[in-house]
Amino acid sequence: MLTDYLPVLIQIGLAVFFAVAILGFSHLMGQRARTNSLKDSAYECGMLPEGRAGARFSVKFYLVAMLFIIFDIEVVFLIPWVLVYRDFLSQNLPILFPVLFFILVLVVGLIYELKKGVLEWDK
Amino acid sequence: MPSEVLPLIIKALIVIGAVMTMAGYAVLMERKIAGWIQGRPGPNRTQIPILGSIPVIGTFLTRLGVFQPAADGLKFLFKEDALPGHVNKFYYVLAPMIAFVPAMATMTVLPFGQYTGADGVTVPIVLANLDIGILFILAVSSLGVYGIILGGWAANSKYPFLGGIRASAQMISYELAMALSILPVFMWFGGTLNLHAVVQGQYQVWTIFAQPVSALIFLVALFAETNRLPFDMPESETDLVAGYNTEYGAFKFGLFFVAEYTHIIIGSGVFVALFLGGWTLPFVPIPDGIAGAIISIGIFLAKVFALVFFFMWIRWTLPRFRYDQVMNLGWKKLLPLAIANLVVYAIIIALIENLG
Repeated sequence: MLTDYLPVLIQIGLAVFFAVAILGFSHLMGQRARTNSLKDSAYECGMLPEGRAGARFSVKFYLVAMLFIIFDIEVVFLIPWVLVYRDFLSQNLPILFPVLFFILVLVVGLIYELKKGVLEWDK
Repeated sequence: MPSEVLPLIIKALIVIGAVMTMAGYAVLMERKIAGWIQGRPGPNRTQIPILGSIPVIGTFLTRLGVFQPAADGLKFLFKEDALPGHVNKFYYVLAPMIAFVPAMATMTVLPFGQYTGADGVTVPIVLANLDIGILFILAVSSLGVYGIILGGWAANSKYPFLGGIRASAQMISYELAMALSILPVFMWFGGTLNLHAVVQGQYQVWTIFAQPVSALIFLVALFAETNRLPFDMPESETDLVAGYNTEYGAFKFGLFFVAEYTHIIIGSGVFVALFLGGWTLPFVPIPDGIAGAIISIGIFLAKVFALVFFFMWIRWTLPRFRYDQVMNLGWKKLLPLAIANLVVYAIIIALIENLG
């Protein structure tokens, strides 16, 4: 069973090998130039860099990340349902309405967050 | 057990080589199509000394720009491998690799052909025929965003930083719609996540006709996930210079580039397998044996490149969205649409099962 995943391991190993080999080869073959203080400073369209690079950024990005986690877990919960859905139906087990209720709860959450203006980027 | 591992390594090498070559030629294709759409010739000068001077063929190939990817690759290789003083050196070097490895690992479970042996058993041509198929693709391909974020952050510069932040929010937003849009497909084919099973279910009717809305959502999300125009927020040349790879050069930039085009090719492959019937053509049986294997791979690649052409056509046709428009489309339109789509197909399948 686990040997089915052997090609995946090989593929990842080869990809890592290629990445390291390409970068190493590029480092060996690449030309060298002297460094200077301008070359060692961040590119800001020719101006001298000002302020810190990792500046503060909008809190919206954090909110998007948190919402993503909630909804991604929803998707993960739905995947097993998708797998067994037809089997359950053919055996007349109740599955449609429980899952619709589950989705309803999440849709209410989505509507709530939209009404709260979480994703109003222009405000 | 080296005797079992060696063929696997050779197969993996062939596939990686093929996909990296395709990524190189996709770049050429992009430039040629851009030229064609904008009424200019595109790359048509690059020559290889002996091959390029053959009277008719050499000129033709030169005009076609066939040698351009080789020149691009060599140029990546011989440029100064700059490591600027202001970057966070370890992560700066690590980021291109992190972008590259998931792009290459995704293709492991993507079947691209079939082989029917003498015993009549049809097996897919794939590196690893896993039952979790699409789950693996979703999981691994989304790891690529780490490379972009890390690249943007490690460059320690404002434009890459903004590009990385934008990329992360955009890619996680569209991942939801993407994952939700393909659930009805797997529900339709009855409880499997294996891509080979989905392709085999499409001999008569391609899924794109049975589930056009799923296909549309998946396609839009695919554009966003691969950072293609009109969703290329992470790069957006006009406002962020070059986004997350502003501070990169030589093959460190090249790895990001190869990863991006590999994502496009693999993403097109997934779309073809899920919605366009994979390596099947309607009502045309695929012969047994090696001939069938070659034909099926050919059909699959033709469909993939048709879709890659579509990607490029869109890129040179549409302008870029504004960032708030991108996020609105993802959260307020595609996500509710994907949920509605899922519910509708759940009800349809319930009706079919109860009536039939």
